[in-house]
Amino acid sequence: MDALYSQLFAGLSVGSVLLLAALGLALTFGQMGVINMAHGEFMMAGAYTAYVVQGAIADAGVSLLVSLPVGFLVGGLLGLLLEVTLISRMYTRPLDTLLVTWGVALVLQQLARDVFGAPNVDVRAPSWLSGAVDVLGLAVPKARLFIIGVAVVSVVALALVLKLTPLGRRIRATVTNRDLAETSGISTRATDRLTFFVGSGLAGVAGVVLTLLGSIGPTLGRNYIVDAFLVVVAGGIGQLRGAVIAAFALGLLQAGIEYTTTASIAKVLVFVVIVAFLQARPQGLVQVRTRSLA
Amino acid sequence: MLQLSHLSAGYGRTTVVHDVDLQVPDDSVVAVLGHNGAGKTTLLRTVVGLLRPRTGAVLLDGEDVGRLRPSARVRRGLAYVPQGQQAFGQLTARENLQVVADGAGSGAATRTAEALDLFPALRGLLGRRAGLLSGGQRQQLAIARALITGPRLLILDEPTEGIQPSVVAEIEEAILTLTDAGGLSVLLVEQHVGFALAAAERYAVMESGRVVDSGTGGVEREGLVRAAMAL
Ligand SMILES: Nc1ncnc2c1ncn2[C@@H]1O[C@H](COP(=O)(O)OP(=O)(O)O)[C@@H](O)[C@H]1O
Ligand SMILES: [Mg+2]
Repeated sequence: MDALYSQLFAGLSVGSVLLLAALGLALTFGQMGVINMAHGEFMMAGAYTAYVVQGAIADAGVSLLVSLPVGFLVGGLLGLLLEVTLISRMYTRPLDTLLVTWGVALVLQQLARDVFGAPNVDVRAPSWLSGAVDVLGLAVPKARLFIIGVAVVSVVALALVLKLTPLGRRIRATVTNRDLAETSGISTRATDRLTFFVGSGLAGVAGVVLTLLGSIGPTLGRNYIVDAFLVVVAGGIGQLRGAVIAAFALGLLQAGIEYTTTASIAKVLVFVVIVAFLQARPQGLVQVRTRSLA
Repeated sequence: MLQLSHLSAGYGRTTVVHDVDLQVPDDSVVAVLGHNGAGKTTLLRTVVGLLRPRTGAVLLDGEDVGRLRPSARVRRGLAYVPQGQQAFGQLTARENLQVVADGAGSGAATRTAEALDLFPALRGLLGRRAGLLSGGQRQQLAIARALITGPRLLILDEPTEGIQPSVVAEIEEAILTLTDAGGLSVLLVEQHVGFALAAAERYAVMESGRVVDSGTGGVEREGLVRAAMAL
């Protein structure tokens, strides 16, 4: 029973990391149909942002809290730059986008290596996140709880922005019918840029949070990019709700399998399960029409 | 208001609209008639900016807008109700109006209220998803949405096509109310020759992408125009 409970929590924890990594992609890939292979490097940029901010602000707690919005800005601005310079020219050519953003990912990794050096670096966790708290008899690391909290807040904030704000309405209108949006006076170019800014900003936030789980390096993004795409695809492209369910389902699955085998076998098995699932249900968990598949 | 000169446009390698000259003077209604496939929709898509002109020019108040994006043309006073009762299906009817009002500046709230006065039936449907409305309701929503930007030129592509007869009358009446109020020019593509001629000061008949006949409107000319269309 205890073991099950602890695996359940491990699953939630892995799921919330997956969710944070996938949330931005749910916008840029799910809503806009852009295959941005540099999304993981935006996470990496967010992680290094936390590292840099900690260099400026000695207090680990303050620097973490400052890093979250700054990481959002850094990721967002990188995404905006990428959208304006390259992706905007390739909206009708997804394969070109894939190759070009892959190249950008490699460039960003090298840039990180040049600036911060090849070896991993550490970001100190604040003292109030060290240690564990007792949740129903289980010792749960506080850092894990914090990550789950950030994931929940991010999802709720994004859902509210999409549902209630003018930007959210513009994004949904543009995704539903781009030509109609444009001829209704909505600048779909501006909407694309802002969507990409927000989606990439969320990658930055994910990166900041990842610094709580271990040391960070230039290739941090690589570990997450495939999982993040899997979450969005399995959840049903264009559906936030689907991505949330998929992230936690995958997290639980991975934690469950890991319990009986090893981490790398778990990854392979999860992958197999997803491929099988998508064979049976190619549209993912939740279905909606998107630009890429219109 | 709108002037098209030697306008040609098409898709891929095929040119669909050939060398069209057409004028919509300030505060007037011009109807474009013609059978299916004549190129009417293609012409309108070029006017609003969804298609680039191959040759010729689209002038809005004398300014060549041929290279402007559709949303920029909307800001210069143009509004477009495309063929087929289009709506943002995932959004509620209210959100369909809001999303346009968001960017339509001051006065958008007043114009939204005015547009809903034109189609009072919409008021009870605002919370519903646009995709779940009937074709007629969606068309009313589409016209209301177009009016929120406060257009000086309204472009309507077969506004009553495929709509249940009871609603057709409502929509035709609303269009006449709008044109009678003044301050608005309308470019109307219609299959119903009778209504088009009743609403319009001038008409043009298209055939195979060219204007083959044009003249002044008026219901008494229906026979003449039908004869021209039969050619
Ligand atoms: N998206 C498109 N791609 C290629 N050809 C098209 C497209 N839309 C319309 N056409 C062709 O252009 C011609 C004119 O179509 P259209 O402008 O829709 O005519 P109308 O509105 O008068 O019925 C038709 O022959 C049609 O097949
Ligand atoms: Mg047509």
